[in-house]
Formats: sequence, C-alpha cells, structure tokens
Amino acid sequence: MKSATIQLETLACPSCTQKIEGALKALDGIDKETIKISFNSSKVKLDFDEDKVSIGEIEDAINRMGYEIQKSKVK
Amino acid sequence: MQRYILSNKNKIILINGILIGFGFFSKFALNNINVFIWSLILASILGAAPIAIQAYQALKVKVVSIDVLVTVAVLGAFLIQNFEESAIVTFLFLFGAYLEQRTLNKTRSAIKELTEMAPETALKQMENGEFEEVDIDDVDEGDILLVKTGAKVPVDGRVIVGEASINEASITGESIPVAKEKGSNVYAGTILDNGTIQIVADRVGEDTTFGRIIELVEEAQDSKSEAERFIDKFSKYYTPAVLVIAIIVWLFSRDIELAITILVLGCPGALVIGVPVSNVAGIGNGARHGVLLKGSEVIGDFSRVDTMVFDKTGTLTVGNPSVADKEYYGDNIDEVLGYLASVERESDHPLAKAVLEEIGETTISPVENTEVIKGEGIVANVNGHRLAVGNVALMERENVRISEKARADIKRFEKNGNSLVLTSVDGELKILMGVRDQIRPGVKEDLQKLKKLGVKNLIMLSGDNQGTVDVVSRELGLTEAHGNMLPEDKSAYIKKLIEEEGRIVAFVGDGVNDSPSLALANIGIAMGSGTDVAIETSDVVLMNSDFSRLPHALGLTKATARNMKQNIVIAVGVVLILLASLIFSEWMNMSIGMLVHEGSILAVILNGMRLLSYRLR
Repeated sequence: MKSATIQLETLACPSCTQKIEGALKALDGIDKETIKISFNSSKVKLDFDEDKVSIGEIEDAINRMGYEIQKSKVK
Repeated sequence: MQRYILSNKNKIILINGILIGFGFFSKFALNNINVFIWSLILASILGAAPIAIQAYQALKVKVVSIDVLVTVAVLGAFLIQNFEESAIVTFLFLFGAYLEQRTLNKTRSAIKELTEMAPETALKQMENGEFEEVDIDDVDEGDILLVKTGAKVPVDGRVIVGEASINEASITGESIPVAKEKGSNVYAGTILDNGTIQIVADRVGEDTTFGRIIELVEEAQDSKSEAERFIDKFSKYYTPAVLVIAIIVWLFSRDIELAITILVLGCPGALVIGVPVSNVAGIGNGARHGVLLKGSEVIGDFSRVDTMVFDKTGTLTVGNPSVADKEYYGDNIDEVLGYLASVERESDHPLAKAVLEEIGETTISPVENTEVIKGEGIVANVNGHRLAVGNVALMERENVRISEKARADIKRFEKNGNSLVLTSVDGELKILMGVRDQIRPGVKEDLQKLKKLGVKNLIMLSGDNQGTVDVVSRELGLTEAHGNMLPEDKSAYIKKLIEEEGRIVAFVGDGVNDSPSLALANIGIAMGSGTDVAIETSDVVLMNSDFSRLPHALGLTKATARNMKQNIVIAVGVVLILLASLIFSEWMNMSIGMLVHEGSILAVILNGMRLLSYRLR
C-alpha cells in the first residue's frame, strides 16, 4: 500500500468532490475508506495498491472528470 | 475533445458572451431577427457543451449535480425554441462559476500564503562533498544542508557550522531575528536574515513544526460541523429531488417553460458553499494573526464561551520573577550594588537571579566568609565591609536599624505581592528590592476587551498561595481567583463549572502541566511557542504565547459564527423568494432565476471574504 497526496486546481463547487470521489471509487486497487477529498485545500488523499493501479491511472481518472492536477506525491 | 472543451472554458465564456451581445445588437439596432436567432442558437450550443460534458461525467459516477439540472433546463428551452433563455442561462452559469472560482481563491488566500511559505528546495551535501540544489522531498533525516542569506530553512535541524540570524516569524509570530550558532535548533519555514550555516536535518517534511502547523490549518478549514454534514447530506438528495419535481410539474401542467424554470431556481449553491466559505476565511484570518483555530466546530463553541479560566504562571504572568519595586537609602549606592551583585552571583536562589538581572553590568569584588542562613539570606564580607542580603528576619538578626520610611516601603512592597530582598552594609540598610512574577504587559486591557466581547466570568487558578493570587486578581480585575490548586484540582473545578453550573468554559494555559484542563474545557486554548505538543491537544493555539491575540481570537470566532448565519439566511431566503415569485408573479423566468441564483452565490462568497480583513475594534 502506498499513500498519495494530490494537489488539484481550485475546486469551486462542493459537488466536485462528490464527482471526484465517484470516479476514484470506480477504480480498482484504491482503498475506498482512505479517500479524503478536501474542498478548501483542493487536495485528494488516498491509499492505493500499486500492484493493481498506478498513480498515473489515478491522475488520469481525475483528469477525465475535468480537473487539472498541479502536483502529486506518493509515499 | 471533452478535455479540450473543458480546458478552454474561459474562451468559451467569452465567445458565448460576445455572440449574445451581437445577437441583441442585430435585433435592436439592425432589426435583423434572423441573425439574432442564429447567434443565440450558436451561443447556446457553445455554452451548453462544457456544462453537458460535466453533467455526463457526474451522471457516470451516479451524481446528480447542478450541471445536470442546467443541462436539462437548456435542452428544454431549446425544445420550445426559446433560444434567448437557453443562451443567457448558459452564459450566466458559466460566467458565475468563473467568478466563484476567482473569489473563492481570495477567501482561501490567507491559508495559501501560509502553505506557500513551505520550503521547496534545499542545498544538500552530496557524496562528493559539494552542495547541490535538490527538491525538498529528496531530503532525509541526517542529511547535511547549506542555508545561505535570504534562503528558507528547509527542515527542522541543528546548526553544525557557522552563525546566522534567523527570522522565525512563520512559526513563532515574532519578527525580531534570533541569533543562531553551532548547536542551535533551527526550524523549517523560517528565513535566514544574515549569515551562512550548515545544518543537519532532524525532522523533514510534514514532521517539522511548520509542516504540522500547515497540516493542522488545512485540516481545520475542511473540518465539518454537524450542521455542515447535514447540509451535505441534504444537498445529495436535494438536487435529484428538484429534477423529479420538475418532471412531475411538466407531466401535470405540460408547461415546459415552468418545468425548466423550476430546474434553474432549485439549484442549490449558496447554501452548500455559504458555510465553508465563512469557515475558510475565518480560519485564514486567524492564521495570519497568530491564532490557530481547529475547525468550524471550534469556531461555533468558542463564539459562545461565557466563562474563561486562566492558569496564572506563564499565562497571565510572565512566569519569570523579576525586580518590580526598589528603594535606595543613603549614598554610595553604585558601590553597594556592586557588592550585592558580587554576593548574589554565588547563589542559585531564584530571587538572586532576578536581582542580578536588575543590576546588570557592574564591578565585581572578591567575597569572603560567605555564610548562608537558611530561610533568611546570606551574610558575607566584601572589600572589608559586612554585607547582609536577605529578608526582614535576617535584618533583625543582624541588628540593622530600619527607619520609619523603610518600614512603610516594606509594607507597601508586601501589599503588592512582592518577595523582599533587603541589603545592609555594616549594619545599615541600603537597598530594598521587591521581586515578583510580573503580569504580562497589556493583559489587563486584553481582559477588559474579553469582557466587552461578552465573557461574563474571568477566573484564575494557580498553584501559588492565596495571598499572591489575590494581589494579581485585584490588579487585573478578575471575577474569581483560587490559589493552592494542583493540576487535578484545576480540572475538577472546570468539570464542576461545566457540569453543575452549565457554563461554556474556555481554559487558557501553557499546556505544560494543565493538559487535563485543556482537554476537559469546552475550548482548550494553548499558549504555544509553536514547538509545543500543546498544538496537538488544544482547540485553539495562540502562537508565540502572545496573550494579546486572545481578544482577536474571540472576536474573530464571533464574527465568523455570525457570518455563517448570515450566509445561511441569504441562501435560504433567496430560494424562498424565488419560489414565491414563481408562484405569485408573472415576470419570473429562467434567465432571471439564474441571475439571482448566481448572484446569491457571489453574495455569500463576498460576505465570507469580509472576514479576511476582520480586526478587533
């Protein structure tokens, strides 16, 4: 398990967090319990299994929802 | 394609707006209805594209978002060939969202300023001994780093080479530079004013003090109160409900115009965003002024506090005894001060430390035949004179004559809560000093401000004897003061206030031995120097132990709580007025609905933004 912190462009509507959450939950290999999307700091935090899903795929899923990623960090 | 449209949203808004403008120009100025209709159709399609894409994406993950409502509404308007409305609604919706994002960035700016102070690179010593610039993520504990003038200290660490003065305002709030030399601790996020140092990293990234502060503030701005969680849940069902209602209305009335108007009017927006906006602006203002507020729950509780309990030592007082009053008798005082310093520097008594600090630089003479009399003081020979330094009992033992004036002075000093240090030379009283733990400068005024803000009871608890406690209490004008209290007595007292008397209590302490009280009180306020564990256990932290920030903190939470209520009233009020006007008036349509709706969102954001510039009057 790795944990990722992804900094997004400014989120303007609280329903954005719902959309991103939905997109992430649809991915296999993400620990759904750990998904934390903060509206004000526009950050996504989650744990994922790198054997099943890569950080690139996660970023892609968010991107496809129409949100740009500024910076992501995996530990 | 989808991504291309979304990333060019701003251009789309512009073209969309121009087309609408051009359309109306051709209608009224050129009397050309054809051009009017075609420009509006074009504007509608262009404007609807990004909204529809967002709606589609939301539906794919089973979320009925506002985009869905607006897309359906625009489609409906298109269907009944009301291109004027379809075009204007898309424009207002997109332009509103653009303005919201811009203004939201403003409300978040204060916290962003803080996070942007985090260091991003460091000069790290590589294997060949050279220093190279690396990303902050590549720095590990134990690495040796070089910090030059003007640079940020990248980690928490220790100086191993060099000297420097460092501005630690980012973590302590104190902007006077602090001198650092070999062995000194330095903190991430502080700025090197002058000098060059090499440091070894002890803590990096989120483990540094600065990293912890940032994390805490970021978590605070997104923490949700009970009410907000309710609103979130509510809006999850509310948006689909609006869609269902619109469909039902259409089925029964067969009036598409009415149905799509309901869709637009029903958009939640101001309600969902109103409270978080106040929250983030309030916490941001606090962060700028050295007050860390941990979330909106804390803001709500703190704004209702009616009783404040203070620890005495280190909170209301400086916590460092010093000479507060002094009187000299006779001549040659400079000489006597030198003798006094010579004797006191050999003692490790706390009073001696205070006396030495008061005297400062002086001539030191050799001291002989020192004799310590327990509980009274010191007798010694200096330069052939017999010196006695101690309390009144020692003076009596030494048969020192104390004049009427001196007796009156002694009485006055004692009444002020001083411990006395008398000095006699060859049996003659020369100096009288009163030592006490001094009240922090400005505390009295700050307490008055708290009272003005509506705190009814100001209570002090202390481990000191009741006499000293009473003196401080009288001077500060407190409501109650209790001495001889152990830490467990303090927490029991707070428990009693909350449970038996039903008060809302804030406890203010330095967190050293009063963490049970900090935890028990409704609001625990820690006087943190920025490095304390108290940061983690309390609800509110006053950076740099600055008591004067307390009234600002209380005023700010009150203003923030008020601001949240105003935003809820604006949001709910606007929806009610819109619905009422739909039923009772003729002029309500989709475009006006969208305009008012977007306007109310901007209104709550702008209202929240006022908090950023809040200052206590």
